[in-house]
Amino acid sequence: MAKAEVNKGNLVVIGGSSGSLQVIIYILGRLPNDYPIPVLLIIHRAYSIDSMLLDLLVLKSNIKVCEVEEKEKIVPSCVYLAPADYHVLIEKDETFTLDYSEKLNFSRPSIDVSFISAAEAYGKNLTGILLSGANEDGAEGLKEIKEQGGHTIIQHPDEAVVNYMPLQASYKSEIDEVLDSEGIARYLISLIPA
Amino acid sequence: MSLQDVELQLLLNDMIDRYGYDFTGYSEASLKRRIENFMIKDHIPDISMLRSLIFKNPDYFRWLVEEITVNVTEMLRDPLFYKTIREEVLPALATYPFIRIWHAGCSTGEEVYSMAILLKEAGILHKSRLYATDINPQVIEKAKSGIFPASQMRKYSENYIQSGGNNDFSSYYSSNYNLAKFDKSLSEKMIFATHNLVADSSFNEFQLIICRNTLIYFDKKLQSRVLELFDHSLDMLGFLGLGTKESLRFSGIESKFKQIVPGQKIWRKQK
Repeated sequence: MAKAEVNKGNLVVIGGSSGSLQVIIYILGRLPNDYPIPVLLIIHRAYSIDSMLLDLLVLKSNIKVCEVEEKEKIVPSCVYLAPADYHVLIEKDETFTLDYSEKLNFSRPSIDVSFISAAEAYGKNLTGILLSGANEDGAEGLKEIKEQGGHTIIQHPDEAVVNYMPLQASYKSEIDEVLDSEGIARYLISLIPA
Repeated sequence: MSLQDVELQLLLNDMIDRYGYDFTGYSEASLKRRIENFMIKDHIPDISMLRSLIFKNPDYFRWLVEEITVNVTEMLRDPLFYKTIREEVLPALATYPFIRIWHAGCSTGEEVYSMAILLKEAGILHKSRLYATDINPQVIEKAKSGIFPASQMRKYSENYIQSGGNNDFSSYYSSNYNLAKFDKSLSEKMIFATHNLVADSSFNEFQLIICRNTLIYFDKKLQSRVLELFDHSLDMLGFLGLGTKESLRFSGIESKFKQIVPGQKIWRKQK
């Protein structure tokens, strides 16, 4: 089981689009304030509600939530939110690089960009989770995470407000687990080293 | 397509040896992604093929540089940044007899034309000179033309209004089919040149330097070096404007500068 592989240097990446916010809020609310594994959130959003989203997550989370700063070191017990209008890439030395290049899947931040670069940097120490959404962003990323030995999860299409995104991912690669919000929260908690 | 670190190093070394372009100070994840995408797009199967192509063909090398550097920009990007320029920076610059502004990493020039519009509206364009530089000769040519896609004008017009503009934005360009050509009076004071922030030195003294979303592609060491170059190139009490997610934190020049408005990435040189 994945738990045995968990050690220092793990990362969880979560991507979501429309209908994903309530799931993210639920999951963050379930994690203890000393949750040791860093979590990167890539959420599609309109530029105008930028600061509101961060404020909302800070309010609903037990763990420290902050927006990704460029060249910042990834540390435990921290939830990082991809900033509006930038792609987030992950370096092998466990720092973030921001990137203002072309949109991918009509999106910046793009889930694929972060998932693919995290897969390369973290390999089997990565868990990728894709939630509700009406876009195919993230499908290619989950495939890459799987190929690099990481663990992949999609939100159960029956539960997802918009099931297009998790379904697209399931067509593109074999997904390790299909879970509802409660299952995702439980899985993340199970990653805490004993 | 996944480049090994050692392959990337070989390629970067070739680029230094053969053409004097040093990309070793660039953020690796971003650079690697661009090179991999380039290879997929041009059907290059492996790194030796790419190395051989750029070694033999300078034009191909230039194309590679154009493709791996990011040239995404827009007019009046982040309107509140430009509102601060209007309200806080231009009144200070207006007191100078002659104003020199440097747009470093200007890409296709949208932000240079934005600045010219602001200067014109402040009544100081006639005594300003806008130096616009980029590592890519191709984007400089586009910037010189002042021609941008007409499809963008609606967005730019919204940005313009949010930046505090009171005129009709469409009075600054003439549309022709799907292109918008900006007024000659805006570009009269612009000087375009290629300049490589990695290798080239300062070339003048400025009252304002704008460099937005270029430093994010550099590693910390190169960022510090470029910020020092900006410091050397700025007059006392000169202004420096960076991208939304860029800052002077952790650089050697931080103590010499003061952020002029909280939340806006504009600093003024204090000593």
